[in-house]
Amino acid sequence: MAHGPATGLSRWMFTTNHKDIGTMYLWFSFAMFLLGGVFALVIRAELFEPGLQIVEPNFFNQMTTMHGLIMVFGAVMPAFVGLANWMIPMMIGAPDMALPRMNNWSFWILPFAFAMLTATLFMEGGAPNFGWTFYAPLSTTYAPPSVTFFIFAVHIMGASSIMGSINIIATILNMRAPGMTLMKMPLFVWTWLITAYLLIAVMPVLAGVVTMMLMDIHFGTSFFDAAGGGDPVLFQHIFWFFGHPEVYIMILPAFGVVSAIIPTFARKPLFGYASMVYATASIAFLSFIVWAHHMFTVGMPLAGELFFMYATMLIAVPTGVKVFNWVTTMFKGAMTFETPMLFSIAFVILFTIGGFSGLMLAIAPADFQYHDTYFVVAHFHYVLVPGAIFSITAAVYYWLPKWCGNMYNETMGKTHFWLAFLGLNLTFFPMHFVGLAGMPRRIPDYSLQFADFNMIASCGAFLFGAAQILFLFNVIATIRGGKKATAEVWENPEGLEWTVASPAPYHTFSVPPDVK
Amino acid sequence: MASEGTYYVPEQSKLPILASLGLFLTVFGAASWLNGNDSGPTVFFCGGVLFAYVLWVWFSTVISENMAGLNDAQLKRSYVWGMGWFIFSEVMFFAAFFGALWYVRNLALPWLGGEGDGAATNEFLWKGFENTWPLMTTPDMAVNGDAARVTGPEQSMSFSQVDSIWTWLPFWNTVILLTSSVTVHFAHTALKNAKRSAFNSWLGLTVLLGIIFLVLQVWEYIHAYNDLGLTLQSGIYGTTFFMLTGFHGAHVTLGTFMLLVMFLRSVLKGHFKHDDCFGFESASWYWHFVDVVWVGLFIFIYILG
Repeated sequence: MAHGPATGLSRWMFTTNHKDIGTMYLWFSFAMFLLGGVFALVIRAELFEPGLQIVEPNFFNQMTTMHGLIMVFGAVMPAFVGLANWMIPMMIGAPDMALPRMNNWSFWILPFAFAMLTATLFMEGGAPNFGWTFYAPLSTTYAPPSVTFFIFAVHIMGASSIMGSINIIATILNMRAPGMTLMKMPLFVWTWLITAYLLIAVMPVLAGVVTMMLMDIHFGTSFFDAAGGGDPVLFQHIFWFFGHPEVYIMILPAFGVVSAIIPTFARKPLFGYASMVYATASIAFLSFIVWAHHMFTVGMPLAGELFFMYATMLIAVPTGVKVFNWVTTMFKGAMTFETPMLFSIAFVILFTIGGFSGLMLAIAPADFQYHDTYFVVAHFHYVLVPGAIFSITAAVYYWLPKWCGNMYNETMGKTHFWLAFLGLNLTFFPMHFVGLAGMPRRIPDYSLQFADFNMIASCGAFLFGAAQILFLFNVIATIRGGKKATAEVWENPEGLEWTVASPAPYHTFSVPPDVK
Repeated sequence: MASEGTYYVPEQSKLPILASLGLFLTVFGAASWLNGNDSGPTVFFCGGVLFAYVLWVWFSTVISENMAGLNDAQLKRSYVWGMGWFIFSEVMFFAAFFGALWYVRNLALPWLGGEGDGAATNEFLWKGFENTWPLMTTPDMAVNGDAARVTGPEQSMSFSQVDSIWTWLPFWNTVILLTSSVTVHFAHTALKNAKRSAFNSWLGLTVLLGIIFLVLQVWEYIHAYNDLGLTLQSGIYGTTFFMLTGFHGAHVTLGTFMLLVMFLRSVLKGHFKHDDCFGFESASWYWHFVDVVWVGLFIFIYILG
């Protein structure tokens, strides 16, 4: 166990250490966040004014597709896996992840997978241009040849996710320190355990659906071809059977992060711990029986519309429990507003807005109006940007002193927060209005009446993008130096990770701690 | 519980990144090949060889670590969890294909045939198409006749097409695979009782049954292509038939290979002890899993097909 960090590049390439691997996941995720962000800015630049001025429509479609794929699979998911790698062993008092070599394999698949995916931009016919949801027959009959590379990229990033989640499950179930019972685990650990189950259940289904695409494209099968007795709608069902749990894969760990941060800065224990656990499990269960709410307008029988409408609305109940618990945790707390807390409070408020617009979209008859408009774009960006992205940012500020032993610059952190907060609301709030007024998504041009709101949204997007440069600068400055952090970092934070020194030693808990 | 501080965290390893490289080259080569790039096959095979070699070294490393006594009871439990959830992920992979079959038979085809909400679809797009299963006449054939692009099979593999179950190949394949699940269990029991030669015999018999199953499956495919006009391109029937049985066959191949490796490890190297045989046990779990999938196929593809 004595082996310490190796020197040079080999430390990162050959490591088996959960902290090294977590760091690589986080940096990889940030790189993908910037890349996906640049694609988003291409979209917003084109939409700054009506008319076609910067890019061709086909390239615009490639941008929307690649933006979605890179952000979902390259930025958000790896960021949470990175946090899981860093924090779960420290939170449960384990010496490392359960299967350390497989852990590094899970990571190193990703750079290859995304290199292949990004390379499609330079291939003949261009990158995938059928949207991140790659509906057949757009992604089969009418797809550019690069779709084959896209399919295999999805296959191997799925393999990476499955191995990563097997590792997380084995770690949580098998590696807890004596006394760390399930109901004593920090919520971040709980939410990740449940997320890992979601991943194991749905990533193979995604692999299945892209395999069907591959067969339809290259081997003449008829899965999504009505001429042979198949059905393009079948694609949507299988895709969204994966896709809806995927949405929760991107948000449940965020719930865990926020449930760690809010108690620290409200200086009160988390309100309703057990109900948080059960709510998370309920959301995960419900995520498997709501997928067709993405397809209300596809032509389903009425019974289907009703079932998926009501099942979807049910999700509001456990989610409401969570929001209630966070607010109640803050109620009468001795609150301070350091950067992680600011991001977490913004999370609670803005994620709830995204939740409400989700409830609106869940109403099947109303969805016929909203479907495929910018209202949908506004909705899921409100759950993903202040939901997933803000919670990841909050987690980085919260645990960065533990990771590198130095305090970040609070003023710069707060500036980052306010710029990002302003930027994201300027970007996405007007989308509600243009969406309700009928502006369709994934179109590079629009009618004149949408011009003002789109101009505001584009300005907001560039502001949000610029704010992230400040984040990058702050993180690098903190790693290189700054005020030394104490072991506790914050005032009486809860959790085993605060019992080890800052920066956390290369190996922690080689001997399991005693958990009372 | 293991004694404190004994969980084996391996040192640095070149295996993961090399495995990633091998995997990447394999799929990149495969995609290039499918897209008609001349260098595709070479890249595919080089990647595949690298990947296989890395896995070989990886498994050897894990086995020798265990034999050196590095793996405590807790680490062994990690492997158990790992294999268990890997098999579950495989279950979900098959669920996608079984789900597709269910959807096509119970929803898509009835709608194309004009049932329920599909009346207009049938009237305006696929006039004259009737929903039957096995689907011999595709919607394309119903509308375009001889000019159809997607044609159905001449004959199906359904139980309804056969005279006697005793001459029906899928029935015998079911018998073979179910028997092999029993024999692999006997092998396990023999190992638990430290009866090495019985273990080897039962395991060898299991591998043999697996190979017989695969040979019969290939024979069935040849029969389908040559005599029944049933191919992968035969509309949704051919699609679901070959994709489900094909993926199952691929898993049987992998399972047989795993059991063969275990057999050779036992015969040639004397591996496995009565209380330390996870490699064999995980392969046998996998074998039971492919057996259960086959039962599903036998019911839904053949009997009710």
